[in-house]
Amino acid sequence: MGRLGRVGETLAIPLGALGAALVVFGLFMAALGHHPLEVYGLIYRGAFASAFSWQNTLARAAPLVLTALCVAIPARAGLMIIGGEGALVLGGLAAAVIGHQLAGAAPHAVQLAMAAGAMLVGAAWIALAGALRHYRGVNETIASLLLTYIAIAIFNHLVEGPLRDPASLNKPSTAPIAEASMLGRLPGLDVHWGLGLGVVLCLVLYVFTAHTTYGFAMRIVGGNVRAARLAGLSVGALILVACALGGAAAGLAGMVEVAAVHGSANASLIAGYGYAGIVIAFIAHHHPLAIVPVALLVGGLGASGGMLQRRLDLPDATVLVLQGLAFMLILASETLYGRGRLGRARRVAT
Amino acid sequence: MTALGWWGVPIAVLGGAIRVGTPFLFVSLGECITEKGGRINLGLEGILIMGAMSGYALSYLTGNPWVGVLAAGGAGAALGLVHAVLCNLPRVNDIAVGIGIMLSGTGLAFFLGKPYVQPKAPTLPAIPFGAWSDSPQVRAALEINPLFLLGVILALVLAWAFRATRWGLVVRMVGDSADAARAIGYRVRLVRTLATALGGFLAGVGGSFLSLYYPGSWSEGLSSGQGLMAVALVIFARWDPLHCFYASLLFGGAGALGPALQSVGITSGYYLFSAAPYVVTLGIMIATCSPRRSLAGAPGELSINR
Repeated sequence: MGRLGRVGETLAIPLGALGAALVVFGLFMAALGHHPLEVYGLIYRGAFASAFSWQNTLARAAPLVLTALCVAIPARAGLMIIGGEGALVLGGLAAAVIGHQLAGAAPHAVQLAMAAGAMLVGAAWIALAGALRHYRGVNETIASLLLTYIAIAIFNHLVEGPLRDPASLNKPSTAPIAEASMLGRLPGLDVHWGLGLGVVLCLVLYVFTAHTTYGFAMRIVGGNVRAARLAGLSVGALILVACALGGAAAGLAGMVEVAAVHGSANASLIAGYGYAGIVIAFIAHHHPLAIVPVALLVGGLGASGGMLQRRLDLPDATVLVLQGLAFMLILASETLYGRGRLGRARRVAT
Repeated sequence: MTALGWWGVPIAVLGGAIRVGTPFLFVSLGECITEKGGRINLGLEGILIMGAMSGYALSYLTGNPWVGVLAAGGAGAALGLVHAVLCNLPRVNDIAVGIGIMLSGTGLAFFLGKPYVQPKAPTLPAIPFGAWSDSPQVRAALEINPLFLLGVILALVLAWAFRATRWGLVVRMVGDSADAARAIGYRVRLVRTLATALGGFLAGVGGSFLSLYYPGSWSEGLSSGQGLMAVALVIFARWDPLHCFYASLLFGGAGALGPALQSVGITSGYYLFSAAPYVVTLGIMIATCSPRRSLAGAPGELSINR
């Protein structure tokens, strides 16, 4: 199979599945008495048509890019981590605590410390799942899921107990970080720095996984552990590094949400970004560069929910239905690889 | 909690274990059947919420909560079938499809359930086993819901069926070695499809408990992750239906411990108690796993074993 054929296949199959999802969802909307084209027009307007909708889309995409990396990088080393949500909430909590403790220091130093703290906590949390996998044989998918629930319990315990700001009456929160140390806006855009951090991290991790020896070793571990051992690679270290990198990305997502959106750690952090990140990573085939456009699509879909609600009086969950349907059809389309005319090697006549 | 004082805590925990544990019982039995067949369905959370919504809606529309329970099971079976059919395709990952079912089921339930947030649907009756007692706490604890009794019977039947019937043996064989089952001539994908659909049915019924008994209404914040917990429960129960029953009571009791302690004035550590089941499950996995072999009792074809 030629390289061009492979690239064409990896683009054509998911796009075809997306088209199929749009048709099915359009029929569903038509059955409910809405004109499908009108619905799609509104989704486009809510997500991408104006500067305002782009801002909304980009702000939503920022944490999604980072939590998707938490799935994609361990996947390169053959691990299926679904616990990004836990790393996100603990990272966000660490950032909030650091940001409050360092109030009064230079804003850039505070931001750096918040990011570093959040990434360390997130990295440690996901690396724990990797370590359990490697040293104890505990399945990392289930372990990371359990760890997410434990992380959320620790988060709730601390935010509603020892770390609660007495001034937060209705919504228990940690003490707010100083206004000056909040993350600013990207130059020329009304979007916070979180998106920039996410895109930069995607680029860095792409170069790391695809163009460095260490990244190559990681992919060998993901492809075949036995071969990796025979080649003398330190499998355990590679697995831990992959998990730590992913966890650091999810922790950074928590820091971004705290330092750019909420200003303190509270229950708003538990918004399901970790789970949406799984969807994005799978659609992007765990490719760091493909994550950015997919996250933009998913973020844009989320941003258009309000528009559908206002104009057509549809529930805000409408976009969840479309997102779920598209995800399922794209997953199902995995089965088509290597079967299409583009991808199939020419058969030798028998 | 004045009349009984500290005794109120164990009684409230017992009642809570039954009340909180019933949805756990159904989702864990459902997941147990699915996993015995060799697949893992991570989407039970979406199925549970879909079941809660359709159960409530049908109970409201027909006036009969039992129709709601059946409808919830039907909706669950349909979603289970979707999971199974997608996983039947080669190279489709069952964990990822599970996440998809979780998100789609939740989205669809919120979408279709919007009109049913306000109205009041008839809920399931309680059976007052505690009518002999004068103490209101004892009475409250012994108000047993009929679905719990059904679940207990189901756990016993499933334990017997897996041990002693041809059907049970076929499901177990398909789950332990697809090659062996294929060699004898059983249709592996068909068995797994049915096992997943049946698992979805039970998870849907578990969801109807939430909307039709306790808390007994439909809202978008109804589930607190009971469906996701199913996977942990089944590992905890070592793929044994009877152990699923004990595990559900234990997890339910752990969930009820926080509120019960709160009622006697202990408020700190509420959230840490609620995490106890996850910590215990993780602890058990750490203690019993080893890099050289898979979990004892786990079906051999399960993707989480490889």
